[in-house]
Amino acid sequence: MIQLVWLVPVLPLAGFLINGLFRNSLSKGMTSIVGCGVLLASFILSLLIFGEVRQENFQAVTVTLFDFISVDKLHIPFAFQVDQLSILFLLIITGVGFLIHLYSTAYMHEEEAPHFARYFAYLNLFVFSMLLLVLGANFVILFIGWEGVGLCSYLLIGYWFKNIDYGNAAKKAFIMNRIGDLGFLIAIFWMINQFGSVNFSEVFTAAPGTSTAVLTGITLLLFVGATGKSAQIPLYTWLPDAMAGPTPVSALIHAATMVTAGIYMIARSNILYSLAPLTQNVVAIIGLATALLAATIALKQNDIKKVLAYSTVSQLGYMFLGLGVGAYTGAVFHVMTHAFFKALLFLGAGSVIHAMGGEQDIRKMGGLKKYIRTTHWTFLIGCIAIAGIPPFSGFFSKDEILAGAFAKSPVYYVVGVFTALLTAFYMFRLYATTFLGNFRGTHDQEHHLHESPSAMTIPLIVLALLAAVAGFLGVPEAFAKNSHWLGHFLEPIFARGAVEHAAEGGVSQEWMLMGISVVVALIGVIAAWTRFSKKPDLAEPSGFGKVLANKWYVDELYNAIIVRPLYAISKFLNNVIEKWVIDWLVNGVGRLVQYGSRQLRLLQSGQVGGYVLLMVIGILALFLVELFVKK
Amino acid sequence: MIPVLLIAIPLIGGLAGFFIKNDKSARSWSLLISLAALVISLWGLSVGAKSPLLHADAEWLPGLGSRFTVGLDGMGQILCLLTAIAFPVIFIATWRDEYRKAWNFYALMLLSQAGLMGVFLAMDALLFYFFWELALIPVYFLCSQWGGERRIQATFKFFIYTFVGSLLMLVGIIWLYSHTPDHSFSLKSFYGLRSIVGGADQVWMFWLFFIAFAIKMPIWPLHTWQPDTYEQSPTATTMVLSGIMVKMGLFGMIRWLAPVLPLGTWAWGDTASGLCITGMIYASLVAIKQDDLKRLVAYSSIAHIGLMALAIFATTATGMQGVMIQMFNHGINIIGMWIVVDLIERQMGTRKISELGGLAQKAPALAILLVIVALANVALPLTNAFVGEFLLFSGVYSSKVTQYNVVFTVVAGLSIILSAIYTLNMIQKVFFGNTNALTEKAKDIKFNEKVVLAAIVVLIVVIGVYPKPVLNLTKETVDMILTKMDYKKI
Repeated sequence: MIQLVWLVPVLPLAGFLINGLFRNSLSKGMTSIVGCGVLLASFILSLLIFGEVRQENFQAVTVTLFDFISVDKLHIPFAFQVDQLSILFLLIITGVGFLIHLYSTAYMHEEEAPHFARYFAYLNLFVFSMLLLVLGANFVILFIGWEGVGLCSYLLIGYWFKNIDYGNAAKKAFIMNRIGDLGFLIAIFWMINQFGSVNFSEVFTAAPGTSTAVLTGITLLLFVGATGKSAQIPLYTWLPDAMAGPTPVSALIHAATMVTAGIYMIARSNILYSLAPLTQNVVAIIGLATALLAATIALKQNDIKKVLAYSTVSQLGYMFLGLGVGAYTGAVFHVMTHAFFKALLFLGAGSVIHAMGGEQDIRKMGGLKKYIRTTHWTFLIGCIAIAGIPPFSGFFSKDEILAGAFAKSPVYYVVGVFTALLTAFYMFRLYATTFLGNFRGTHDQEHHLHESPSAMTIPLIVLALLAAVAGFLGVPEAFAKNSHWLGHFLEPIFARGAVEHAAEGGVSQEWMLMGISVVVALIGVIAAWTRFSKKPDLAEPSGFGKVLANKWYVDELYNAIIVRPLYAISKFLNNVIEKWVIDWLVNGVGRLVQYGSRQLRLLQSGQVGGYVLLMVIGILALFLVELFVKK
Repeated sequence: MIPVLLIAIPLIGGLAGFFIKNDKSARSWSLLISLAALVISLWGLSVGAKSPLLHADAEWLPGLGSRFTVGLDGMGQILCLLTAIAFPVIFIATWRDEYRKAWNFYALMLLSQAGLMGVFLAMDALLFYFFWELALIPVYFLCSQWGGERRIQATFKFFIYTFVGSLLMLVGIIWLYSHTPDHSFSLKSFYGLRSIVGGADQVWMFWLFFIAFAIKMPIWPLHTWQPDTYEQSPTATTMVLSGIMVKMGLFGMIRWLAPVLPLGTWAWGDTASGLCITGMIYASLVAIKQDDLKRLVAYSSIAHIGLMALAIFATTATGMQGVMIQMFNHGINIIGMWIVVDLIERQMGTRKISELGGLAQKAPALAILLVIVALANVALPLTNAFVGEFLLFSGVYSSKVTQYNVVFTVVAGLSIILSAIYTLNMIQKVFFGNTNALTEKAKDIKFNEKVVLAAIVVLIVVIGVYPKPVLNLTKETVDMILTKMDYKKI
């Protein structure tokens, strides 16, 4: 079965080709069947493979399809690696992916058939790229998927291509990702030089004998790539703008899967990172700073999707904190639970927007609880899960990261817990403003309010279940011995790199840390609930709130120090240097030749005397050269 | 046998073309001839590298020590294939373009193809020079007779530039010839010169050849002829110029400069690399501000060619393989870009980006095909250009002949980001957004255009996914060139 793993990405690729090539002739029903069907097939195949991988003593399998690039001593096979880490991501991508495809069939139903097919073609292409990314057995295949998902993200953010703003958001996402990708590429070249290979197995085997300086350089460059793809400081500003895409896209690409690619890549390279302590600290600090910064911005956003977007940036920051402190299992665990609850929240938001007839401003909502019951209940579960209240999934994974942070440095822990407080607060501000209180929209909207069709609510219910119970895959050792199934499952991947942390401080300390985070989360929830359920925050922000509402003016800063200077330089080179310096020199040479020829023409006077004179001067000159210079 | 046919078919076909005197038959005739050349080129690929059919040798100018020696090695194969594919593609894509006295136009195009084939096939320096000029002269006429409004000015500039380059190269060739022990122009004798011509002479000889090739590519700051010429030439000619002719410069460096004067190449490696990189960044930045589609593609091409030249100086097998495959890829991709530009111009009557917009609504097939070609232009993985750029950058990074390899890679790498900026800007402004009065009446592309663009897209993806056959083709040439470039072994 494992040898058939290539089918898992190839099926969505086939879906892409069918929907893409025949978009003008396929009905919406056919498109939906093809688009969802390939995902379901991939998911089932992944489950079967998972059945083999989960057996004890499973060894990683590499499936080589063909030689991709083979030059000189460099061999890059087009190969897939099946192991515990990749199969876990495979399940998340195809599973959550299938639910979101299903949801999309209803959400996008108003699109015309060719555009509907175009949408599903892009979505399938995205899944294909994402699967390449996690299946690749070397850094180049990973990079192929890496840029592929960036492309699909670009295409889907700009899906409604008539809208210029959406187009700009798409462009911004692609270009910022490209900045990160340059770092990734240079890391690959460095590895080729250092290890003579880009294959995971060879690189990781050779890594322990390599100097720390080199590993620090390589891992930092890889991390630059990760900051682009996973929206970390300083390259995070594209993700909130990416909300221009259709909401299911935000759920799949900009929450559940693509943005976790950076976490996957670092978790995959954990052996390199564990050997580069400096990089680990950088990763932890950047992750923590991003988590905090994004959480503060989320406090003052009023677009339902923007709140979720900043929340995603913030949660990704948590995952990087986990990676940075060596809690690799915790980070991957959080990727999984986050995929469930954030996909749920985004799809829930989509259902709200659908019900509100396209409205995204939560100040114009309120009291939706009684109109759209399924959406409300599932959304609430998502909020509880992300806030970190036990026994919902977010609690377990976040707690594991925080425990790891505490083991590394109490400062990390304190900032992490504070961010958790903010998270609980802004999520319940969002929940209360949207679902509680009185309806604040127009009469038309109120009349229009309705629950979404079952193609949309079924994914919500499934994801809500997962968001509620997925945490039990990683129950801390403090509750029961050997209860951390995920930790056990991923042991072969992280055994060499991971730092055992929780056990060090003993069980009592673990209980204490858990206690603190639960109390903090509850404070955040209650504070937001009491404050916003009756009197939502409708006023225009002022003072510091305005700074937060304007996202700390980071976009403006980037515009001022990067974008505008770049265009100014471009303009200067084009209008001044190109026209007036280089071309002027070239034309100057031309003019000089013309001028010279005019002067030289005068020498041809036809008077023999003149010629003789010149001849004598010439001979004299040659004579003098011969006499003095040659000696 | 095969090399002779590759030159003779377009040469004779072109000369005969002058006498057809009928627009439509001339067009069909030239397509037929170019397809025949393509068949021959494919035949050349199929006979195997060892076949005697790939070489030909005859008396030419015995008094001068020059023979008519032509042959197909891996690099020749790949460039002749590019030339052979490009011409029929160009003829089909511009099938609907109208020319005054079209028979002359097509005849000159074919003559230029013959010259190009000769350049890539010649194994004799004088023969090489002869074909070099033969390829260029028809282009002067094509630009000056069928070009845009400022064609005379542009052609004059183009002529002066390339003429100066050619002269310098001629001086260089004669100087080298006079130093061959057997007074021969043959490639073999020239390759023997590396140990005869001393370092001091190689150092200045380098510039005679380098300037000639640098103008052709072009390398900054010798590039200003290019945007003007591309802009003013008829699109079919621009395709030849940018798709194939710029490769003459790269090809010349690889065959006639680096292995002949390895010490000179090594000595000036960092300087030349600096020029290449300056050009890459400079051209990418200037491209951002272009409003004319043709000029945008022209500057983008300068940046891409700069990277290939840079990799030649890096002197690594990876980089050199990258140059080989990328010469082919760049030719295919840029012709694809021109086809789209030509389609837009013919329909809309303008190439100004600021006057276009919303074309994706009216011409979805064109938009999709352009986006794929444009993605290849930014070297997205699984397109052909990614394979090339990956090898090129990797080669530059692992260069052992310079201590600035990392700096070179990083600075040149910035062009990856810049290329995304100008390419996506262009896509957005031309295809996305809302239609305006002008683009409201746009129609989607016709069958012949769809076919050639689809063929280009297929090539882009196939080579992008499975580049092995192309890489294998040039392996031996690369090894040979690198052995000859090894200045330590002299």
